[in-house]
Amino acid sequence: MSAFVETAAAPLVNASRFRAAHEADWERLDQLLTRIEKRSVRALSEDDILALPLLYRSALSSLSVARETSLDRALATYLEQLCTRAYFQLYGVPDTAWRQIGRFLARDWPRSVQALWRETLACLLLTIAGVIAGWWLVSTDPGWYYSIIPDAMAGGRDPSASAETLRATIYGVQEGGGLATFAAYLFTHNSQVAIFAFALGFAFTVPTVLLLLYNGLTLGAMLCLFAQKGLGLNFLGWLTIHGSTEMFAIILAGAAGMKIGTAVAFPGRDARTEAAVIAGRGAAVAMAGVVLMLLVAGLLEGIGRQTVQSDAMRYGIGLAALVGWLAYYYLPRRQGIGPEGDDALAA
Amino acid sequence: MRWRRKHARKAPVSLRRSFVTPEGVDLRLELASAGTRASAFILDILILFISLILTTIAIGLLGIARANGEIFMILWLVGAFMLRNGWFILFEMGGRGATPGKRLLGLRVVARDGGRLTGGAVIARNALREIEIFLPLSFLGMQAADGAADGFLALFALCWTGIFLFFPLFNRDRLRVGDLLAGTWVVNMGRAKLGADLVAARAEQPRRTFTDAALDLYGIYELQTLENVLRSGQDEAIVTVAATIRRKAGLPDDGDDYGFLSDYYAALCVRLERAMLVGRRREDKHASAARR
Repeated sequence: MSAFVETAAAPLVNASRFRAAHEADWERLDQLLTRIEKRSVRALSEDDILALPLLYRSALSSLSVARETSLDRALATYLEQLCTRAYFQLYGVPDTAWRQIGRFLARDWPRSVQALWRETLACLLLTIAGVIAGWWLVSTDPGWYYSIIPDAMAGGRDPSASAETLRATIYGVQEGGGLATFAAYLFTHNSQVAIFAFALGFAFTVPTVLLLLYNGLTLGAMLCLFAQKGLGLNFLGWLTIHGSTEMFAIILAGAAGMKIGTAVAFPGRDARTEAAVIAGRGAAVAMAGVVLMLLVAGLLEGIGRQTVQSDAMRYGIGLAALVGWLAYYYLPRRQGIGPEGDDALAA
Repeated sequence: MRWRRKHARKAPVSLRRSFVTPEGVDLRLELASAGTRASAFILDILILFISLILTTIAIGLLGIARANGEIFMILWLVGAFMLRNGWFILFEMGGRGATPGKRLLGLRVVARDGGRLTGGAVIARNALREIEIFLPLSFLGMQAADGAADGFLALFALCWTGIFLFFPLFNRDRLRVGDLLAGTWVVNMGRAKLGADLVAARAEQPRRTFTDAALDLYGIYELQTLENVLRSGQDEAIVTVAATIRRKAGLPDDGDDYGFLSDYYAALCVRLERAMLVGRRREDKHASAARR
């Protein structure tokens, strides 16, 4: 029954012949990939880089052949994994960090913000509506002030405070804690809120809209409070120096969230997930810009506002910043830097 | 008992996804399971916390040495912000497409359409983490801090945020909300070595021969299961499988289980491969071995 036979050395199955013929190539591809994964593409010599796509294609064709002609599962699995690794090293790798940053500043950031213009306008209107409502509420009944602005945030700035106290909050030098620390705190806190507003947009924009309205309400209430004591313009100056940048950033964050929410709710011709992906990638680039804007705003607020005490200077800096941002985002620029000029980001 | 059998026949949920390269070959990507991804996230969070604590101590020592509290605070605030938001984004934007936690577990973030992983996609998938992880956590914290004051509201909020937290479990592709929005998914990047050629290993030496009847018992599925048994090399499995095959084929026990199974594997592989090459692919033992 279980008799033993002597055999010639010829391979019995295709897989053996196949392995013998191509194993060296696979090994080499494996080694190159391991080097890229462990270090980087720069660890490869020129010859290796030139060989990489060829080795990848030959491994892919080996995979097809192995699947069709051999029953050795270890072989097929190995080739599958090898080809997958190679594919993502060849097709899926992002640019180098410096080129990404350069392109982001030169093109992607302003473009992504430009693409949000409708939502930006809507968010601006929402904020203004909030401001007007806040003003109107507090001017008709100061009691509203307490419900709009939490005690912790008011910090003594409420309708019962005298004009002198209020003036001190605008021009006084901040007690305790260095200016730079304050700036850092403001930056991190505001950025976190902005990212949050963006992420919430996913829920059909409703939370984002509420957040913007509330933001406007507090602003309106504060403005009304200071205006009633005759400090309206001074307060506006105190606010403008950093607020032009900060409010702009918050409006953009809201707009980015809104873009996603509307894409999810009204996908148009695309499938819902595709529409969300296109909106999400573009809006996320704008969000990276928003965080940078908030960094500037934090510096202006934490340091600039305390050291610059004259109203004219405050207005000047604030408005200059605003004009700068507007020019950066919306001034027409040369189209198409190379073949990638119109990619998905602008969609 | 009809329903029970039906239930048992249901194929297990597969995480393999067809993915055709521009060259026209299907790579059959394997998605990472929810458990692996959760482990990767926990690993990342652990590394994050440890590095945060270590840098705090390091900066603290410097700060005390220079008696400058302000720089300490600034570094800490900005550092914590960068760690919380930048850790995931910067690592995934790098060439590896994976945070250290993912890398340890052999995962990688890739674009669902197979294209480049853009910065926008990485930022989008990680910014959404705010509502997936940190929002539920802050509600939990609120719950703990407030006691039962707003318990009902907090509970409701927790449920709502729980939808996002457990979102990956509710869809086929294990997508987070962030993945959904960024058009990415997380795949397993296995790095197995090429296993030895089991047939070639037996080709050099005298082998057992088997009758056609003995070899007609099984199909490709059983062959590959046998391959797994031989490669894993677990004695118990080898003894059991060898006994089963001997019983079915009516062969006597010759005391060398591993040798017997290897020879049977080689013979079965040759036979099935020949049949396959002339167009008679026999998927498993239920398929008929007779010529059509």
